[in-house]
Amino acid sequence: MASLNKMSKASRRNYLTCGLVILAYILLQVMSGSLSSSLKGMLVPICAYVVMAVSLNLTVGILGELSLGHAGFMSVGAFTGVVASTFFQNLIPFAPLRLALGMAVGAACAAIAGFLIGIPVLRLKGDYLAIVTLAFGEIIKTVFTNLYVGLDSSGLHVSILEDNTELAEGGKLIISGPMGMGGIEKISTFTAGFLLILITLAVVFNLVNSRAGRAIMAIRDNRIAAESIGVNVTKYKMIAFVTSAALAGASGALFSMNYSTIVAAKFDFNMSILVLVFVVLGGLGNMLGSIVAAAVLTILPEALREFADYRMLIYAIVLILVMLVTNNPILQGYLGRVKGVFTGKRGKKEAA
Amino acid sequence: MNFLNFLISGISLGSIYAIIALGYTMVYGIAKMLNFAHGDVIMVGAYICFFAASSFGLPPALGILAAIAVCTVLGMVVERLAYKPLRQAPSLAVLITAIGVSYFLQNSALLLWSSTPKMFPAFFVLKETAADGKETVRNSLQLFDGRLTISFVTIVTIVTCLVIMAGLTMFISHTKMGKAMRACSEDKGAAQLMGINVDGTISMTFAIGSGLAAVAGVLLCSAYPTLVPTTGSMPGIKAFTAAVFGGIGSIPGAFLGGLLLGVIETFAKAYISMQLSDAIVFAVLIIVLLVKPAGLLGRQIREKV
Repeated sequence: MASLNKMSKASRRNYLTCGLVILAYILLQVMSGSLSSSLKGMLVPICAYVVMAVSLNLTVGILGELSLGHAGFMSVGAFTGVVASTFFQNLIPFAPLRLALGMAVGAACAAIAGFLIGIPVLRLKGDYLAIVTLAFGEIIKTVFTNLYVGLDSSGLHVSILEDNTELAEGGKLIISGPMGMGGIEKISTFTAGFLLILITLAVVFNLVNSRAGRAIMAIRDNRIAAESIGVNVTKYKMIAFVTSAALAGASGALFSMNYSTIVAAKFDFNMSILVLVFVVLGGLGNMLGSIVAAAVLTILPEALREFADYRMLIYAIVLILVMLVTNNPILQGYLGRVKGVFTGKRGKKEAA
Repeated sequence: MNFLNFLISGISLGSIYAIIALGYTMVYGIAKMLNFAHGDVIMVGAYICFFAASSFGLPPALGILAAIAVCTVLGMVVERLAYKPLRQAPSLAVLITAIGVSYFLQNSALLLWSSTPKMFPAFFVLKETAADGKETVRNSLQLFDGRLTISFVTIVTIVTCLVIMAGLTMFISHTKMGKAMRACSEDKGAAQLMGINVDGTISMTFAIGSGLAAVAGVLLCSAYPTLVPTTGSMPGIKAFTAAVFGGIGSIPGAFLGGLLLGVIETFAKAYISMQLSDAIVFAVLIIVLLVKPAGLLGRQIREKV
C-alpha cells in the first residue's frame, strides 16, 4: 500500500486503466461460453477501435491538434499488414507470429506515412491543420482504391490505376483496386487485440509521462511559451503524430485480418469521425474514457438492434445530448444539484 | 472546343461548391464553428424540392421556394437547439455536436424517404413546338454547329451563383444586418456592448446559409439527378475544402475557392485520371495551404504574446 500511496495520481490512474483492461479481458475469457456469437464477432473490432481511439487521443488530447484523417493511417496499416502477412504465408507457418509481423509492418508503414504527412501538416494550425489531415485521409483512400498488388514466385508486383501486375502462373492478386483485398487469412484473435491494447497503453503512458510527453503538453497549452523556453516544437509534435500514426497502423492490420475481404472505402471520413467521437465522448486526454467510449459505442448500435431502423438515429441523438449535457453550464449546474441531493450534501460550486 | 466544354462544366460544378461554401464560411466567420451538418441541409433541400414537384405537382419555382423555406427554418431550429447551448463550449465539443446533427439528418432522411435513389426531375428544359405541331424537349444550348454544348442547368447554375454572390456582397456591406454580421465576426463581446443582438445575428447567419444550401441542393441534383440520403456529404466536404482553400471566413474567398476547386476537379477528371481526381483536388489544396497557410484570400492573424 505504501508504494501505491507514493505514486503520483497520474501513474495510479494509468495502472488503474491497465488493470481494468486486463480485468475486462479475463472476464470476457471466463464468460466466453455464454457470449452471443454477434458479440464474440465484435471483440476484435472493439480492440481495433480502442487502439484507434487511444492513438487519436494522443494527437487530439495530448498534442491538442484536431486530426480528421486518422482512418487513413489505419488504412495504410491494414493494407501493408495484409500484404506482409500474405508474403510470409509460406515462410512462417505459425499464424500468431505472422499476425504480429503484419501488425509490425503495418505500424512501420503507417509511421512512415505519418512522418511524410506530418512534414506539411504540422506547419499549419487549427482548422487548416484539420482540413489537411482530412485531405490526406481522402488521398490515401483514393490511392488504395486504385492500387493493385500481386504476389507470385518472383516477388511482389505493384501497379496503380490498371492491373498491370502480370502475375506468373500460381500468382495471387492481394490488393485488387476497387475490389479491395479478398481472401484474407482471418488470423486476428481477441488475445492479440488485447495484447495490442496493452502495448498501446504502455507506449502512450510512457510517452506522456516522459520528458517528451511533458514537452508535447507544454506545446498544447501554450506553443509560444514552450518555444520561448527552448522546446523544439516541430520535433515533439512530430514524435506525437508519428507515434499516433504507428499505433493506428497496427490497429488497422489487426482490424483487416479479422475479415476475409476489406475495401479501402471502409476507412473513409466517417471512420475518422467515428474514432474522433470516441475520443471526445471519452474525454480529451483521458485514455480510460477513450477505451470505454470505443467499447460502448461499438456495442451500442448492436445492442439497439431491436430498434433496427432507429438505432443510428438514436445513436445521433445520444451523441448530441451527451455533448449538450457535458458542455452546457446551465444543464451542468442542474446536474450538480441533482448529484448533491443524492450524495446528501450541497454540490460545491467550482470557481469558473 | 473540348477545353471550353470542360471549363464551362468546371465553372458550373464550382458554382455549386461556391454556393455551399458560402454557407460554411459565413457560419464560420460569425459563429466560429465548423457546421458539419451543412452538407446534409443540402440533401434535405433537394428532397423537399423533389417531393414538392413529384408528389404535390408544384411548379419548379414553388418547389425551390418550399425547399428554401424548409431549410431556412431547419437551419435556425438546429442552431437554436444544438449549437446555441454550446456557445461557450470548446470548439471540439461543438464540432462533435455538428457531426451528431449530420448523422441525425442523414438517418432521419433514411427513415422518412428510404435509401432507394430518387431520380430528380429535370427542371431546366425548354419545350419547343415546331411548325408541324411536334413538341421537342431541349435541355441544352448548341453553339458553333453543335461543337459546344451548354446545358441549361449549367447556365442557370452559373447565373444563380453570380446573383447570390452579388446579392450577398450587397447585403453584407450595405444593410444594417450585414453590418451587425461583420461586427459579430470581428468581436462578439464588443458587438454586444454596442447593442447588437448577437444571438439574433448568428441565427440569421444560419438562416441565410441554410437557405443557400437549399438552392445548392436543387442545382446539384439538377446536374447529378440521383438523390439518396448521403447525397450531401461528399459535396459538403468538397465545399468545406473550397471554403478553406479560399480562406475560411472570407466571402469572396469561398466564391473563388469553390470555382477553382470545381475547375480543377473537372480538368483532373478529363485530362489526368477519372479515379484519381479527388486525390488531385486534395493534393492541390495541401500545396496551396503550404504556400498560403490561411487560404488564398484569408487574413493571416498574427499571434500576440
